[in-house]
Amino acid sequence: MTQVLDKPLELKAPPSPAERTAHRRALLEWIAIHSLGIAAALFFTLPFVFVFLTSLMSDTQALSRDLIPHTWEWANYRKVFDTPGFLTWWRNTLFYAFLGTALTVVSSIPVAYALAKFRFRGRNLALMLVISMMMLPPQVIIIPMYLFWAKQLDLSGTLWPLIIPMAFGDAFSIFLLRQFLTTIPDEYLDAARVDGCGDLRTLLKVVLPMAKPGIAAVALFQFFYAWNDYFGPQIYASENPGAWTLSYGLESFKGAHHTDWNLTMAATVLVMAPVILVFFFAQKAFVEGVTLTGVKG
Amino acid sequence: MSTHTLRAKHRRSALRTLAFLSPWLIGFSVFFAYPLLSTVYFSFMHYDGFKPPAWTGTKNWTYVFEHYPFFWPALRNTLWLVLVMVTLRVAFGLGVGLLITKIKTGTGVFRTLFYLPYLAPPVAATMAFAFLLNPGTGPVNEILAKAGLPTPGWFNDPAWSKPALTLLALWGIGDLMVIFMAALLDVPKEQYEAAELDGATPWQRFRYVTLPNISPIVMFAIVTGVIQTMQYYTQPLIAGKVASGVIQGAGTQFEPGYPDKSTLTLPQLVYNLGFQRFDYGSACVVALVLFALSMAFTALLMRRRGGLIQAGDR
Repeated sequence: MTQVLDKPLELKAPPSPAERTAHRRALLEWIAIHSLGIAAALFFTLPFVFVFLTSLMSDTQALSRDLIPHTWEWANYRKVFDTPGFLTWWRNTLFYAFLGTALTVVSSIPVAYALAKFRFRGRNLALMLVISMMMLPPQVIIIPMYLFWAKQLDLSGTLWPLIIPMAFGDAFSIFLLRQFLTTIPDEYLDAARVDGCGDLRTLLKVVLPMAKPGIAAVALFQFFYAWNDYFGPQIYASENPGAWTLSYGLESFKGAHHTDWNLTMAATVLVMAPVILVFFFAQKAFVEGVTLTGVKG
Repeated sequence: MSTHTLRAKHRRSALRTLAFLSPWLIGFSVFFAYPLLSTVYFSFMHYDGFKPPAWTGTKNWTYVFEHYPFFWPALRNTLWLVLVMVTLRVAFGLGVGLLITKIKTGTGVFRTLFYLPYLAPPVAATMAFAFLLNPGTGPVNEILAKAGLPTPGWFNDPAWSKPALTLLALWGIGDLMVIFMAALLDVPKEQYEAAELDGATPWQRFRYVTLPNISPIVMFAIVTGVIQTMQYYTQPLIAGKVASGVIQGAGTQFEPGYPDKSTLTLPQLVYNLGFQRFDYGSACVVALVLFALSMAFTALLMRRRGGLIQAGDR
């Protein structure tokens, strides 16, 4: 119906009254839908806009009811960077996110491959356990985990209790990769086998190049997970400010500046910005990944 | 001869499988099975982290269910969130998904704008909303006041704190929007054409063509929404902290659930009992309740026939 709009001028015969009402209906529908779209877009973007505008206000104005800055205080961002610790949080977050992501990808690929392509007894059970692990709130096992890392290995006050487990496969990444790998036709694997490739070579030379979009999606999700993680650093790193991440530190920043909404919002922008930048560079892989998790096996 | 080589082949293939699965097998044992069993063990122990664990029978269990003041409020809040937040999120996600499939001009721009809030880190997003909905100087109440509408206390009012969290959750609808969008685009076009020929109204087309086609995805969204609600931690915690004005440096105490226990959720209780009250045993009791609830819904997700995630061979 709405297609009519794309080429309304190509109609040769003078439009009949029926056609004209249909045409008008299509136009009205177009207007209604796009107005709704703009309203929704405002709902989704205005919070970012207000946060950004407030981050540029002077200290006194940030406490007023004004919506738009009188003077544009770009120095607020400087002040945030000069806050003791801020750069350390930044470095810790990058360390956690990059190393964690690399370990997760490397350790999850072989597992996902086996679950997708090998036939063995207990495969369904293994997959169900992976899904269960994926759905488990981290708080369920946090007490023994904390006692293990803190009392037995003396690693509290560092991010290692969060990074090391990622070397042993992450349930969500395994599941998502497995979903992706099942879509690769078996013929490719058979062909590689006929050519004399072992399993590892088949995985490295044939499967991995084809699985790049899936791997990209998993890497992005894991990177964002580490970037956003609050509970993990709260449990293991809280006692040592030298190990804090941005998500954790942001909250204490608010504590130190509790009436300076402008500085807090500038810090908030600085925590949000990298994620959004990464998204713009990798939009396609990301959206594909979200869809993949919702698609049936 | 063949049985011998066959057996060798089997053994080789079993070893191969084991080798590929080995990272996860270790991860599963050390970071899932062991701590889970350990959680059950500690739930029957009195343990404060200093003196060695001592058997207390079901004392921790009766404490949590009968005397711990946060347990039932947290469970009630969870129920509220499941009924209201999950329902609204699914309805809104479907609505935005429908809208985006109907938008013909600038689709890519709209889609990106609708999706972006989903990516905002939870701590940052919650801070942003705590500011936006700040009753005194926040822009939202400023606009509401100018429009002559009532200005709620949002995160500072026990009656409005969960609606405020719901608003935050609706803002980050991007994940559901993408899933619904994909499902809506998969509905066979012929069915719409047939319905149109039969003179179906737009509502009838939605009710009798769209909805039956996407109902598995709706179910998926509801069940995963419930599971996510069981994990709901960062947003209510940060909202409570920021609104109460009690923000910790390292080690400062914060009674969770501000205002008036209205933002308590089960995961916060594990933290409160374990890491603020050093009552590891009772923390494990709450952890097991959380485990039972999330596994029940996960089982629903995996039911063999008509399961939403099909785990087995097809």
